[in-house]
Amino acid sequence: MTTPPTLSPIEIRRIILSQSYRAHVGHIGSELSVVEILAALYGGAMHIPSPEDPDRDRLVLSKGHAALALYACLALRGWIPMEQLNTFTGDDTLLGVHPEKALRGVDFCSGSLGHGLSIGAGAALAARLQGSKRRVFVLVSDAECNEGSLWEGVMFAAQHKLSNLVVLVDLNGQQAFGYTRDVLDLSPLAARWQAFGWHAQEVPGHDPAAIQAAIQSCSSPAPHVIIARTTFGKGVSFMENLIKWHYWPLSEAEYQQAMAEIEAAA
Amino acid sequence: MRSAFVRTLVELASRDERILLLTGDLGYLALEPFIEAYPSRFFNCGVAEQNMAGMATGLAEAGFIPFIYSIVNFSVMRPFEFIRNGAVLHNLPVRVVGVGGGMAYGTNGATHYGLEDIALMRTQPTMTVIAPADRDQTGPALRATWNLPGPVFYRLGKDDRALVPGLEGRFEEGGLQVVRRGSDLTLLAAGSTAFETVRAADLLAEKGLEAQVVVVSQLNPTPPGLRALLAPFKLALTVEAHYITGGLGSLAAEVIADAGLGTRLVRCGVHSLPDGRTGSQAYLFHRHGMDGGSVAQAALSALQKGSLNAA
Repeated sequence: MTTPPTLSPIEIRRIILSQSYRAHVGHIGSELSVVEILAALYGGAMHIPSPEDPDRDRLVLSKGHAALALYACLALRGWIPMEQLNTFTGDDTLLGVHPEKALRGVDFCSGSLGHGLSIGAGAALAARLQGSKRRVFVLVSDAECNEGSLWEGVMFAAQHKLSNLVVLVDLNGQQAFGYTRDVLDLSPLAARWQAFGWHAQEVPGHDPAAIQAAIQSCSSPAPHVIIARTTFGKGVSFMENLIKWHYWPLSEAEYQQAMAEIEAAA
Repeated sequence: MRSAFVRTLVELASRDERILLLTGDLGYLALEPFIEAYPSRFFNCGVAEQNMAGMATGLAEAGFIPFIYSIVNFSVMRPFEFIRNGAVLHNLPVRVVGVGGGMAYGTNGATHYGLEDIALMRTQPTMTVIAPADRDQTGPALRATWNLPGPVFYRLGKDDRALVPGLEGRFEEGGLQVVRRGSDLTLLAAGSTAFETVRAADLLAEKGLEAQVVVVSQLNPTPPGLRALLAPFKLALTVEAHYITGGLGSLAAEVIADAGLGTRLVRCGVHSLPDGRTGSQAYLFHRHGMDGGSVAQAALSALQKGSLNAA
């Protein structure tokens, strides 16, 4: 068996900061929040011999606004050229703010919250009907659990025991116009998924090894949810848990400071 | 129409294992033949149409041809964004089946009308929109389109009795069927109004006017032959159980304007918001000017030929 690839969270953060600074766009806090989750998935947890392999594991990045973190993983895995990252949000690019299937390595278009779990449930059902061992991963935001359609998918997956479906919730406690506890409080989130018949685990969301271990332990007949406790804006002190970093781009001084903090943590 | 559709689907499913059937908890006394033949290829998704449409994306991406079934407002309007971002944006062979297009669920009232479903689906570039006109055309329409590479919307009526004279179950390339020839004006009908539209032509014939009647069973993409069927006429009427905006009337208007034809267009269909008064499909067709008599009168008025009832 070949050694699974590992992805460096530091390298993903470097790409997120440098490309969002270059492109002068926001969503940085949401992207930094999922770095270790995606590093765990693309750094070993997902079985992807090539992005064209029909029997590869699938990912639905249902919180599509974190696409830059995904693009970083695709480039680090060598599926898109590193230079292509420099087209992020430019004219004629395949690397928009939200992912498009036309880009190599992207399994599904996303960007509208509440869609991804349904797509993932269909993909997981397809794998079962085809007798395939492939798995389907869906990365949702915590605020996305506000969407009623998400719970439609939760019910279907439990009813049909889609044990090849793994949902990861980025529990950063923050949404587009407030903190989740103030907008629509989701707690106790794991208990809610469990009540719907899911196998639920909570993990520290910035520990790729813990996330990979949680994925490895997904063997029950029920579908699986891994609630990853994360920090919005993780790794950049002035961004952490501040709503403005859902939107704001970086100034030059902020960029220098953010990069310095990332490098110091390396 | 539903029975013919399901019968044909069972036949196709026996030849192609990719076909799956999903329902949003509807289809009692309609879907059973499929369920009995292929229980492992049928899924009742519950009253959860958004999830059903989203799942169809995941299934089709993996190589299946999922048919998702509900009443038209629940299969099109409720999950429309899921269809747009899923089947359409990924250009996947998802089949959206909407039963009760127009006012087929008459007495159920306005929440159960489908008066804007064609308009919505017709805006989507990869979406083929098929509206069979009667029971006998349903099977041929499905056989001709089920294996298209992109998404398809099937808009079904409920009437199994009224067969459109002259149609004889034909579904021709592009979905245009001339069911009556005439040179004075042309009538275009979509779906459940086709039967009444032929009746309008009969009434006009009694007044000495010969109308060409075209059953338009494909509303997207625009049937290539439509221009040639409109071009010879100074007057065309469209008849549809749909708001006059966005459906067959708009399709004909676009063809006429794009080609610079001199054809005048009268759109028969639902002109205003339903006001709460409901009833059978026949009653509603009359009330909204889509029955044979109303359509014939609209043609006479446009031609300034007086009243249908005048001696």
